[in-house]
Amino acid sequence: MKLKQLSVFLENKPGRLRELCAVLAEREINILTLSLADTEQFGILRLIVKEYDKAKAVLIEKGFVAKLTDVLAVNVNDQPGGLSEILKIEEDSGISVEYMYAFTIKNGENSILLFRFDDMDKAVDALEKANVNILNSIEFYQRAEG
Amino acid sequence: MHAQWNDKESLMHPASAPDYIHKEQLRSLQLQRLRAITKHAYDNQKLFRERMDERGVKPEDIQTLEDIRKLPFTQKTDLRDTYPYGLFAVPMNEVVRLHASSGTTGKPIVVAYTKEDIEVWNEVMVRTFACAGLHSGDIIQNAYGYGLFTGGLGAHYGAEALGATVIPISGGNSERQIMVMRDFGTTAICATPSYFLHLIEYAEKMGLDWNDIPLRVGVFGAEPWSDEMREYIEGKTGIKAFDIYGLSEIIGPGVGMACEKQQGLHIFEDHFMIEIVDPVTDEAMPDGEEGELIITTLSKKAMPIMRYRTHDITSIIAEPCECGRTIRRINRIARRSDDMFIIRGVNIFPSQIEAALLRVEETLPHYQIILSRAGGMDQMEVQVEVTAETFSDTIRGVEAVHKQLSDTIAHILGIRVKLSLVEPNTIERSMGKAKRVIDHRKN
Repeated sequence: MKLKQLSVFLENKPGRLRELCAVLAEREINILTLSLADTEQFGILRLIVKEYDKAKAVLIEKGFVAKLTDVLAVNVNDQPGGLSEILKIEEDSGISVEYMYAFTIKNGENSILLFRFDDMDKAVDALEKANVNILNSIEFYQRAEG
Repeated sequence: MHAQWNDKESLMHPASAPDYIHKEQLRSLQLQRLRAITKHAYDNQKLFRERMDERGVKPEDIQTLEDIRKLPFTQKTDLRDTYPYGLFAVPMNEVVRLHASSGTTGKPIVVAYTKEDIEVWNEVMVRTFACAGLHSGDIIQNAYGYGLFTGGLGAHYGAEALGATVIPISGGNSERQIMVMRDFGTTAICATPSYFLHLIEYAEKMGLDWNDIPLRVGVFGAEPWSDEMREYIEGKTGIKAFDIYGLSEIIGPGVGMACEKQQGLHIFEDHFMIEIVDPVTDEAMPDGEEGELIITTLSKKAMPIMRYRTHDITSIIAEPCECGRTIRRINRIARRSDDMFIIRGVNIFPSQIEAALLRVEETLPHYQIILSRAGGMDQMEVQVEVTAETFSDTIRGVEAVHKQLSDTIAHILGIRVKLSLVEPNTIERSMGKAKRVIDHRKN
């Protein structure tokens, strides 16, 4: 149910993001989607790749701090109020969003959003109870790779 | 004296006997040796004789141990100014070995040993290793640099004299260090603490489990380090880490050593006489009070050093040690008066930063202090490497670590300084003494 996401610590210095991408490219690891959160001093790059274990090992070998975290890939109705509906379900269960980002491919009436909640297990329960479609990794990778 | 011994028959190495000598006997031995060495230096060292004459002091004026205060100090600059052989007190054909300091700040200093001096050195190193509970049968991996640096050969011959097996691996080549440690069954390692930290990192990368190897003792020295660092090393590896003290100017490693009680360092007082003085007024400080450590070599013939100003800040512990040794101890040297720098009027020692970082759990102490000047103001930045343990994947999480480190440093120093979290391996690793402070300020 949960999807593995790779989080990497980045110092805010020129060329660092490009170096990271080059490392992954060299090993032919394709980035399905990413999000970059940053402050004045540092950034956190969050990546979805299919071969996350390999990607993590490569990055650590190249001197990056990288770790795996769980996120949920949720099918969200692509119309006004779609996201609000999901957030309401979580809010009602007392769960907060730590961060979220969108996946770029749209499929019909739905788009996919990636969520990190403070309580991931509780979030899954709440969403399932409300019949929201959470993509498992097989479905996700199929969609991502068209 | 250095015959092989069997720890099953005796708990004490024969060479360690002077560690347990009666106080009165020790003091009278010291006085006898002090008078002899003062005369030897006066007769054979031009600089010392000139200074004594200037003060109107004669070797015969040394009647009690307190009379040592009549003698002039020796500064590190004296060794530089007389480079290379100016302080040698025996003919060159009696000098069997030379060593030299790295000379990072100008000319190196050269030190000399007679055959007898080397024997004394071996003896104090045997006593040093015995303090750490090492004995014949131990396998000692000597990762101090071999060569002009006193650490390598000092530890090497001391370990041989102890009857242990020495692996003369020298510093550097971390992968081979770990391989040897694992395959040769190393039971003890000698290294600088910063290099051993680097080895810990390396070992983890290589998938070494510390429980799988027989390593049990680390003899770490040649640079100031903190109790927090010792606890970190011990916690991470399960070995017992001992602080060793020495200076090339005095003899090399083997001037002092922590025992298993880990409460200060025993000084081998029958060969090295210690005093504590106020670093500013030069006044003698009583036992227990902090000041600059002054050492006089009591038995060194080739190059006696009288009242050497070490710049190491410590205090003498006069109370007897629980280990039974009667020789006095000094407190761990965590700072040197010349390591100190002043930022916004506050005196700061690198070791304070280290202690602060280690107080925050799971921070691997790879850090560096950068001093700079901007707009007439001195700036200080502490760079700390992020580790897998300290990195959480949210901004809030990383900022919490940043704040915790920053607050702890502010709490210890009393001023707030810039703290930067940097990526792993951005701070240069040292194979010998760590370079903790980078000073970009122009004087």
